[in-house]
Amino acid sequence: MLHIFCPHCQEYREEDEFHYRGQAHIVRPKDPEALTDEEWGSYLFFRKNPKGIHHELWYHTTGCRQFFNVTRDTVTYKIHESYKIGEEPAVKSEGDVT
Amino acid sequence: MKRYSVFSLFKHALSHHENWQRVWRNPKPKQVYDVVIVGGGGHGLATAYYLAKEHGITNVAVIEKGYLGGGNTARNTTIVRSNYLWDEAANLYEHAMKLWEGLSQDLNYNVMFSQRGVLNLGHNLQDMRDIERRVNANRLNGIDGSVLNAAQVKEICPLLDCSDNARYPVLGASWQPRAGVARHDAVAWGFARAADALGVDLIQQTEVTGIRRHEGAVCGVETNNGFIAAKKVACVASGNSSELARMVGLELPLESHPLQACVSEPIKPIIDTVVMSNAVHGYMSQSDKGDLVIGAGIDSYNGYGQRGSFQGIEHTLAAICELFPDVRRVRMNRAWGGIVDTTPDACPIISKTSVPGLYFNCGWGTGGFKATPGSGNVFAHTIAHDDPHPLAKAFSIDRFNSGFLIDEHGAAGVAH
Repeated sequence: MLHIFCPHCQEYREEDEFHYRGQAHIVRPKDPEALTDEEWGSYLFFRKNPKGIHHELWYHTTGCRQFFNVTRDTVTYKIHESYKIGEEPAVKSEGDVT
Repeated sequence: MKRYSVFSLFKHALSHHENWQRVWRNPKPKQVYDVVIVGGGGHGLATAYYLAKEHGITNVAVIEKGYLGGGNTARNTTIVRSNYLWDEAANLYEHAMKLWEGLSQDLNYNVMFSQRGVLNLGHNLQDMRDIERRVNANRLNGIDGSVLNAAQVKEICPLLDCSDNARYPVLGASWQPRAGVARHDAVAWGFARAADALGVDLIQQTEVTGIRRHEGAVCGVETNNGFIAAKKVACVASGNSSELARMVGLELPLESHPLQACVSEPIKPIIDTVVMSNAVHGYMSQSDKGDLVIGAGIDSYNGYGQRGSFQGIEHTLAAICELFPDVRRVRMNRAWGGIVDTTPDACPIISKTSVPGLYFNCGWGTGGFKATPGSGNVFAHTIAHDDPHPLAKAFSIDRFNSGFLIDEHGAAGVAH
C-alpha cells in the first residue's frame, strides 16, 4: 500500500484515503470551440503513460477532499514528492516540457 | 514440423518420449524481414501465424524481450467469451470465438479450449436491466446467450450463495454457454509452433530499443542484439505500447495499470463453469489441475511493476468468500500481476499510425486473452493490405479524435 503525503493535511496517510485522478498538469483549453478534433482528442484522451517518473493528480477523498500532485516512479512505485496544484515539481521526468 | 497425433504419441512412447522434435527453432535474426512483430505474446504470435498462413507473408520475425508468452498471456485468468454490447466489439470478439472453436485442429496443438459457459452475475435491478439489454444486443448479433433467474443460476452453479440473506444477493445472470476457458500457455506455444513451421523466425531474449525511420517511413528496429531491417513494424506489446510509441514520438490514449490474479491450492472439482461479477470485482473458475483461478480488478494508479496492491487482492477475495462461502478456508498458492494497457473506452486499438509502415495492436486492457486468435487474424490482414480488416476498422486510433468511441466498460467486466 502506498503511503502518501498530503500537502494540505501535512501528514502521511494510507493509499485507501485517496483516489487517483491520472496525469497531472493537463491544462483545460481556454477556448475549446477553437480546437481541431486532433487537439481536443489529445486533451481528452492521449496520455504520456511513462515507465518511470510520472507527475500525477491525487484526490484526498476521505481526508481534506483537496486535490494535489504527486511525483511517483511507475516502476518502483517510490513517491518522490507531493506538491500543491500550481506548484512546480522538484523532480523532473525526461518528457517534461516546462 | 512433425504433426502431433495419437500415432505419434504411440510411436514416441516406444522410445520413452526422448526423441520428440523441438517445438520451434531458435534462429539467428536475418538482416531483413518483410514484417517485424514486436512482442511475442499470444496476440503477436497469432499475428505472425495468420500473416504466414492467410497472406503468404513468411519472411516475418517475432521479437520478444523475454520468453514467448511470458507476459500477460501467462498472467490472465484464461476466460474466453464474446458477449459484448456494441456491434463493433461483439463482431470482433465473436470472430475470435469462431476461430477458438477450431483452433486446436487448425494449429495441430491442443489449446484445451473448454466451452464450459460463463455466468455474469446481476446483484441488483440495474445489473439485471443491463444484462437484459446486453443479452438482447448479443442475440441480435447472432451471439447466443440467455438471461437466467437466481434459481437457474443456482442450478448451473450450486456452489454460489444464492440465498436471500447473501451479502451480494444473486438476482440472476447472463449466460453464454459457448464461452469458457483455454489453456493460456498452450495458446502461445501452439501459435508459436505453427508460425515457426510456416517459416516465421521467433527471436527471444531480444529487446527492441528503438524504431528506425528513413524519410519518415519505418525501416527497422534497433535491438540490444543489433539492428534488424524491416519493411513493416507491428507493435503488440500490451502494457509497454506507450514506450514503443514514444520511440517514434507518438502518444497513445493508453494508461498502463497493474491487474492481478491468484490461484488456490489444487482441490477436487467444485465448479465446472466460469462465474464473473462486475459489481464486486471478482471472477472465478477452476483449472483442470484443480486450482481455483481468481481474478481481481486493476489498481487505480499507473504502474509498470508486475505486481498488484494488497488491498486490491483483499477486496476481491473478500467478495469471492461472500459469493462462494464454501471456499473460505481454501489457501491461495500464488498471486501475481500483469501490466494491462487500458483505453478510455475499454476497447482495443488495431490500427495503422501516422508513421508509414508502423502498426499498433494494443489497448486490450483487462480482457485481451479471449480475443487472441481474432486479434491476430484481423491485425495480420491490416498489416498485409496496409488497410484495416473490416472488423478492425472501427478500432482505429482515429476514433479518439473523431469521437466514435465504443464504450464497453459494462461488458469488459473489470472497471477501468
